[in-house]
Amino acid sequence: MKQKSKRVRREIRTAWVFLLPSFTGIFVFVLLPFLDAVRRSFFEAMGGRFVGFQNYRTVLENDAFLLAVRNTGRFILVCIPLLLLLSLLFSLMMQHKGDFFKVSFLIPMAIPVASVALLWKIFFHNQGILNHLLIKLGRQPTDWMNTDYAFLVLVLSYLWKNIGYDCVLWLSGLSSIPGSIYEAAAIDGAGEFKKFIYITLPGLLPTLFVAAVMSLVNSFKVFREAYLVAGAYPQNSIYMLQHLLNNWFISLDIQKMCAAAVMLAAVFVLFILLLHGLNRNEVEE
Amino acid sequence: MKRLRCLTFLILSLMLLLMWLPLWMLVTGSFMGAGEVSDSIGAVLGQREGYAVWHLLPQYPTLKPYVELLLDTPRFFLMFWNSCIQVIPGVAGQLIIAMPAAWSFARFEFPGKKALFLFYIALMIMPFQVTMVSSYLILNRLRLMNTHLALIVPMLFSTFPVFIMEKSFKTIPLSLIEAAKIDGAGEMRIFLHIGMPLGASGIISAGVLGFLENWNAIEQPITFLKDKALWPLSLYLPDIAMDQLGVAMVACVIAMVPGLLFFLFGQKYIEEGIVASGIKE
Repeated sequence: MKQKSKRVRREIRTAWVFLLPSFTGIFVFVLLPFLDAVRRSFFEAMGGRFVGFQNYRTVLENDAFLLAVRNTGRFILVCIPLLLLLSLLFSLMMQHKGDFFKVSFLIPMAIPVASVALLWKIFFHNQGILNHLLIKLGRQPTDWMNTDYAFLVLVLSYLWKNIGYDCVLWLSGLSSIPGSIYEAAAIDGAGEFKKFIYITLPGLLPTLFVAAVMSLVNSFKVFREAYLVAGAYPQNSIYMLQHLLNNWFISLDIQKMCAAAVMLAAVFVLFILLLHGLNRNEVEE
Repeated sequence: MKRLRCLTFLILSLMLLLMWLPLWMLVTGSFMGAGEVSDSIGAVLGQREGYAVWHLLPQYPTLKPYVELLLDTPRFFLMFWNSCIQVIPGVAGQLIIAMPAAWSFARFEFPGKKALFLFYIALMIMPFQVTMVSSYLILNRLRLMNTHLALIVPMLFSTFPVFIMEKSFKTIPLSLIEAAKIDGAGEMRIFLHIGMPLGASGIISAGVLGFLENWNAIEQPITFLKDKALWPLSLYLPDIAMDQLGVAMVACVIAMVPGLLFFLFGQKYIEEGIVASGIKE
């Protein structure tokens, strides 16, 4: 018994030795400054007087903040389910086709953001190719970037860029389902649709967690294209939290930024706990 | 059934076109002279009236923009060099620090491991803007603002590669590690001689993804580098003068080359790495 606990203790020690460089760095460069930000969020900018939740109230009453939260939330709620569904659909389509499709779908990942922004302008600018086409077809041109269509453009660009990555994830999930299960089901007389519902979908659940997390990570990156195309103050429907925080940073509104960062970080941690809880339940069942 | 297959093929082909077209446009565009670029897309850049057009092939193909970029724009090279200085050490350091951490998460049991790993995932998800203020506070205190290190240091402790590598380390069969232990190999040896070679796909995948991510950094340099002489290549195009439009497309293509090369080399590994990250825990 004693021998075992010694081994366990040694394992814990080794584990921490391996973790140390990464954890120390995160502690010093992420955790400590974040605690500093938490502290600052309770103080006044000038004079350093303790103000309690005053900064938080200021942020929550800020119209720009509310708009940005709404837009970001809407973007995530629209984009992620859409991306997960579309990529699953395309993965099913190219499941038994060559690698050429898969590689092609990954191309957009390698195209630099600045170039994507330029292409975006070429297509969707008021005087861009799309409007040129519309006019040639005898339709009314639309100002894609300065109306609510901007949101749609942003969604499309997110889907275009990230669909390949999610497809590769799904394809791996699909290939990890043993073929023997399908064969057994076929012998029992299950049709294609039944096989999909009762074998494929449950088999893909573990992939869903990773795919959802990665899609979320990438959803915040569309800000780059949006920023390069439309600047710090884009059309209202694509004014995201990233725009807002950037603008606060430029005007050095550190107090407001700290309060906002603390709230957002709390939301992210909660979200991860929730997702993890769901994932665990599903996998264990 | 046959009709369904036809439809599938049609949709996939259409998607293929969507994926390849932008690449095609950038590459062919780089062989256009300044005049043709201006004629094609001057309209969307506020230069002229009318609408943008795009010919599938340049009408007057020329290498002039390449020559111009290579000979007459020292700024491009400065920014290319800045990108290299920032991204290569940043990503290399990121991998070196993340590897043992990922190994630790994949191989050992210790109290609080699950919670710590979730914390790493939460850090990975947070967009730059959420941690921007705390990064700024520490970089400012260490007087690193407005230096290359302002970009490199936060890069070093990214948790993204830990997440990717942990999954591929986990696929290494336990029996192999047990066998090495019986042969008397220490933990370090096991990590270096079994973990790293067998987890290579995850490591390379994290490297390529990290490279693409940081080669395209926009927010970080804009916020942490006031001095434009330190700006990386990703900001060249947004900052380019309108009279240099001819070289813009070439700049696009050259900026893309390292990414595409890494991508071609690493494509198999990226896939394996992404795949490993999809395998259930």
